[in-house]
Amino acid sequence: MMASFLRAPAVWLVALLLLAAAALPWLTQGEYALSYGINVLQYSVLATAWALFSGPTRYISLATTAFFGLGAYTVAVFSETLPWFGILAVAVLLAIVLALVVGLSTLRLSGVHFVIFTFGLAELVRQLVTWYEVNVTKSIGRYVFLEITHQEIYWQLLALLALVLLVGALIRGSRLGLALRVIGEDEVVARHLGMNTTRAKVLLFVISATFMTLVGAVMAPRWTYIDPAIAFNPTVSFQVLIMALLGGAGHLLGPLAGVIPLTALFELLSARFPNHFAILLGVTFLLIVYLLPQGVAGWLSQRAGRWRKGAKQEART
Amino acid sequence: MLLVELIVASLTLGGLYALIAMGLTLQYGVARIMNLSHGEFMVGAGFMAFWLVTSLGAHPLWALALALPAGFCLQWLVYRVLLTPLVKRALSPAALEADSILATFGILFIVQGVLLVLFGGGYYSYDFLSMPVDVLGVPVAANRLLAAVAALCMGLAVYAVLARSRWGAALRAMANAPQFAHLVGIDPRAMAAFAFGLGGALVMGAGVLVSMFLPFSASMGVVFTMKALVIVIMGGVGNVLGCLLAGLLLGAVETLTARFLDPGLTMAAVFGIFLLVLLLRPQGLFGRARA
Repeated sequence: MMASFLRAPAVWLVALLLLAAAALPWLTQGEYALSYGINVLQYSVLATAWALFSGPTRYISLATTAFFGLGAYTVAVFSETLPWFGILAVAVLLAIVLALVVGLSTLRLSGVHFVIFTFGLAELVRQLVTWYEVNVTKSIGRYVFLEITHQEIYWQLLALLALVLLVGALIRGSRLGLALRVIGEDEVVARHLGMNTTRAKVLLFVISATFMTLVGAVMAPRWTYIDPAIAFNPTVSFQVLIMALLGGAGHLLGPLAGVIPLTALFELLSARFPNHFAILLGVTFLLIVYLLPQGVAGWLSQRAGRWRKGAKQEART
Repeated sequence: MLLVELIVASLTLGGLYALIAMGLTLQYGVARIMNLSHGEFMVGAGFMAFWLVTSLGAHPLWALALALPAGFCLQWLVYRVLLTPLVKRALSPAALEADSILATFGILFIVQGVLLVLFGGGYYSYDFLSMPVDVLGVPVAANRLLAAVAALCMGLAVYAVLARSRWGAALRAMANAPQFAHLVGIDPRAMAAFAFGLGGALVMGAGVLVSMFLPFSASMGVVFTMKALVIVIMGGVGNVLGCLLAGLLLGAVETLTARFLDPGLTMAAVFGIFLLVLLLRPQGLFGRARA
């Protein structure tokens, strides 16, 4: 399987692009380019991780912020007591526990229960953290003093992107990936084929959540000050959702096609129309639902399918 | 004393939650649209009442009288214009569910954005009947009491319509077996639009009532939607009476949590109950398991 994976030209193209992206901090000196690059990479990993679970299962997850914030806040709490990789390990452990709680309680039920639960999850975690800080540590907000430069953040995010793409490709080729595709098409059929649908969904949700948490952890040193309202910012979930949808959650590289235009658009909108951001976000949502329900990747493959069909018909006549 | 105080506080809060959730359970149970912009329309009605009361000097009950038909028309239009194309396009109920969730997210952000542009992010309230009234020896704010009574009346009126009238029978038929409703002469689209509008009337009425005694802000809707969703699931989807009881239960749990533990933990309490329901009775406290 690995051998056939390495023969695909797309794999080499992606690897080449990632290497080129890795060289970017040396090529440009501008602080702005680097921070924009960090922004793009952050959403790239989040959207790819989102689609990893929601693409095949078709469950709309709004838990992104909860996991992202969990990672960021773990860094804020342990930044002075643990080494960097220790912090990341703690963040991953917490992510697995939270994802298991959410997954095991909702994923054996219908999609609606899952959506509702994740809809409020970030707010729940934010309130719990705030409560803990107010009552136990008696101070809200923490400072993050870590010797991590923006370049290092950039490379860590890039490494995460490579990793999430690799994991995604491996899952797609595996038994788990096949099981998930069947579940997405028809869960009843999947169950009748003898698949443990809940276990497959929970497993994938945990993997996806782990990546989201790691992004939060890696991003934390960028802020020097973190409080629950900063870490658990609810718009992150919606932005990631809309990016993945625009790109197309059905394809591994699809979300990236949504991240690149939308990070640019959101950057522009929040700079030029800060007060109208929510309205424009809503309009973008509606436009995608009505005009591009399958995302860019789905639209392209549909076009390609039609084109191939046309070519065949021409060849016949 | 404490007991009466707690019961009154639970009933006033729970009654409003039930009213908000009742609109949602009608929309989801009959029209099969998971309307995540529900809370935004509630907050919007609150702002409408604020504007009518402070700029035009109108009585808040006039705002309520206006909000009910306005809510109906607005949401009826939303269903007809924005959601009907999705209903027509959907190949399966699951596809419609996903599409409607995404479309109502869009509506959520647009309504919230318009409110933010018009009013900013601050908290608003107006002064109306804020003197205390004596209930069994406990002072209760009159506006809170009025809101609870109005919520109860509206809730019971809806229940009576559903239980007694032909319309109600048609709505219940749609909720039970949407695929067969047309066989008995029900136009499913018209009935779904009607239910959606009715839900809109209820939620905008609830918004005016909330604005009478709670400070509100443009970004508050999502939390109300969240609580309404939990109540809908707890009561059993499409079950109006279950919704009423679940709403009261949630109001009681929140009141007790705020009083004896910490007001900052109300969301955790809501989620705690939700988790219990999901683990023990996923069809809802008062729902029957689907075959």
